[in-house]
Amino acid sequence: MGSKPVALPTGSYLDQQGKYKGILGWLTSTDHKRIAILYLSCIAIFFLVGATLGGIMKLELLKAGQQYFGPQTYNGFFTVHGIIMIFMVVIPGLSAVFGNFFLPIMIGAKDVAFPRLNLFSWYIYLAGSAIAIYSQFGGHGAPDTGWTFYAPYSINTNTNVIPAVLAAFVLGFSSILTGLNFIVTIHRMRAKGMTWFKMPLFPWSIYATAWIQVLATPIIGITLLMVIAERTLRIGFFDPSLGGDPILYQHLFWIYSHPAVYIMILPAMGVITEIIPTFCQRNVFGYKAIAFSSMAIAGVGYLVWGHHMFTSGMSNFARIAFSFLTFVVAIPSAIKVFNWITTMYKGSILVRTPFLYTLSFIFLFMIGGLTGLTLGSLAINVHVHDTYYVVAHFHYIVFGGMGFAFFAAIHYWFPKMFGRMYKERLGNIAWGIVFGGFNLLYFPMFVLGLQGMPRRYFDYLPEYSTGQFISSIGAFVLITGLILMVYNLVRSARKGELAPMNPWNGQTLEWTIASPPPLENFDREIVITESPYNYK
Amino acid sequence: MDHNTLEEHEHRDDVGSKLGMWIFIFTELLLFGGLFLVYAVLRAKYFQDFHVAAHQLNVFIGSINTLALLVSSMTIAMSITAIQKNQKKVALILLSITFFLAFIFLVNKYFEWGLKIHHHLYPGSDLVLTLTHGEILFFGLYFFMTGLHALHIIIGMSLIGVVIFKVKNDKIRSDNFQLLENAGLYWHLVDLIWIFLFPLLYLIT
Repeated sequence: MGSKPVALPTGSYLDQQGKYKGILGWLTSTDHKRIAILYLSCIAIFFLVGATLGGIMKLELLKAGQQYFGPQTYNGFFTVHGIIMIFMVVIPGLSAVFGNFFLPIMIGAKDVAFPRLNLFSWYIYLAGSAIAIYSQFGGHGAPDTGWTFYAPYSINTNTNVIPAVLAAFVLGFSSILTGLNFIVTIHRMRAKGMTWFKMPLFPWSIYATAWIQVLATPIIGITLLMVIAERTLRIGFFDPSLGGDPILYQHLFWIYSHPAVYIMILPAMGVITEIIPTFCQRNVFGYKAIAFSSMAIAGVGYLVWGHHMFTSGMSNFARIAFSFLTFVVAIPSAIKVFNWITTMYKGSILVRTPFLYTLSFIFLFMIGGLTGLTLGSLAINVHVHDTYYVVAHFHYIVFGGMGFAFFAAIHYWFPKMFGRMYKERLGNIAWGIVFGGFNLLYFPMFVLGLQGMPRRYFDYLPEYSTGQFISSIGAFVLITGLILMVYNLVRSARKGELAPMNPWNGQTLEWTIASPPPLENFDREIVITESPYNYK
Repeated sequence: MDHNTLEEHEHRDDVGSKLGMWIFIFTELLLFGGLFLVYAVLRAKYFQDFHVAAHQLNVFIGSINTLALLVSSMTIAMSITAIQKNQKKVALILLSITFFLAFIFLVNKYFEWGLKIHHHLYPGSDLVLTLTHGEILFFGLYFFMTGLHALHIIIGMSLIGVVIFKVKNDKIRSDNFQLLENAGLYWHLVDLIWIFLFPLLYLIT
């Protein structure tokens, strides 16, 4: 540790005196807050690795033709980028870090329902990540299937697909156990008097997410096991040369992987719903509508997987049904956006770093959501299917949505988690660069997609040069901003000014305890009598 | 100074841990659900081949295994009642019977698989690859589904083993038997899945 201007108060979870001290004390701790920090450090590292891989791809795409490496390496890069970002960063991201840290505190509990299972989930996550990293180096080269492992290519390619698939399976197991733990925690451990509708909205979103984790993940689990069996035993479930059906693979894959998008975005919406009332000092508008819309998104989100397969061969009725259901998901999402905007109305808005990220979340999420609607329309989908339009759309949702919500959350809760303040000015500058770089990187991709640039391609025709060039410049601006943000946070976690108990004048339970919180969160029994948002 | 009080003060919530177990069982059912879906699709596509291939399975061994699992499910349920009534010895006997029947199941499976492999009827064998598409897929599904189920038997046996050990050491008592109940729930799940596998693979010919 560097020199500290002032020492943190003792007795916080950060200097917990358990059986072991130092690093072992962290690795054996069943405290939900310490486990959250363990997840945070892993996810931050994996995110930076994934972002670097993305940056390398943009470097290659800066100009037409081959620059630094060949197409096979490029295929490996985008596959690995996808696996890291999807399975190791955005799916666990918000719920494993902020769900673990703040869910028990916000419902007035001392810990989650199964603390040892919680630590075990982290070890499973670590094991899965280790296998994923191994898949990049062992065997006959990095997997080149894309993160979707589409059969029958994933069965026939010589690259290291089995470890990559196994990693996704193991990571899924960790996700199931985390979700199970949160469901039981919310059902059993809410503070006295905290009825379902007195629960803050972040726990609500975690609750909806947890059900998706529990109900959708087993399907990808069995599908991935079948791919492994196909490769090792030549069974032929999905291999047409042995009588199997590759479309069946796509159905099973997207039955999980589309709901997985909601595993990413629902906690993000929960975070935004916590930040807006605090920085506007206003009660949440339409509390119940936001709570129910989370559950509605979780429910309808199951029924839309077919929109990934409009061009792979489906009956016309199925295509119309999936298109319709896709539109239906937009309704609860829009309900949330309207409620956020209405909450801000006539509020005394304090524009600090977390709020800047929140505003940009709404902006980017709306672009991502509306382009999602155009992709859900059958005719347009056929035109832009598997083009850069799709790439732009899901980056706006996944990075612009989940990613920006993560940045908002880390700035919002930073004082509570580490007991110190970050540098506000630096945080705002970093936000500006990240936001600008993001749009410069991904917006041209919409245009490229409409022009016809296919996704996953290593090279492109000269007419796409301008768009690719602007996009590549954006990538480097974005990475600069990210480095600045990480620097600010890492430095402040060690040397920042001491944070007060409630720097933003928030109303939920986490702001009523010390920063950083003590070991068992509350020294008294909590009794709830009022709604969680109660601004005058 | 705060000590790690989490270990010291015992947090116990029987209803919570039962709820957790039920949710986990739900995920296991969905895991097998994916396989049943694949079975249904492929059977619809190749019903004639499935019909022919299913004749190769030995209904007798399958029935014995079904019987073994059904009885073991009963004995583990009875052991829960025995513990509730403070009859440690009876509970131990009943749990040992459960464990033994599970072992019988695996021995049977070993002979059944061994015979198939002896006849070159395993996925990817030269013989199987000369069969029709539907028959290849049937044997693939047979080995995959029963293999995954056997893996669950082994996990269940380890769980029952732990429970036996804990009953012996009085860690599981009439006032604290949630682990035994959860092991019972898991074992019923293993039984239940077999009840679906048996007719799908052995009986519908």
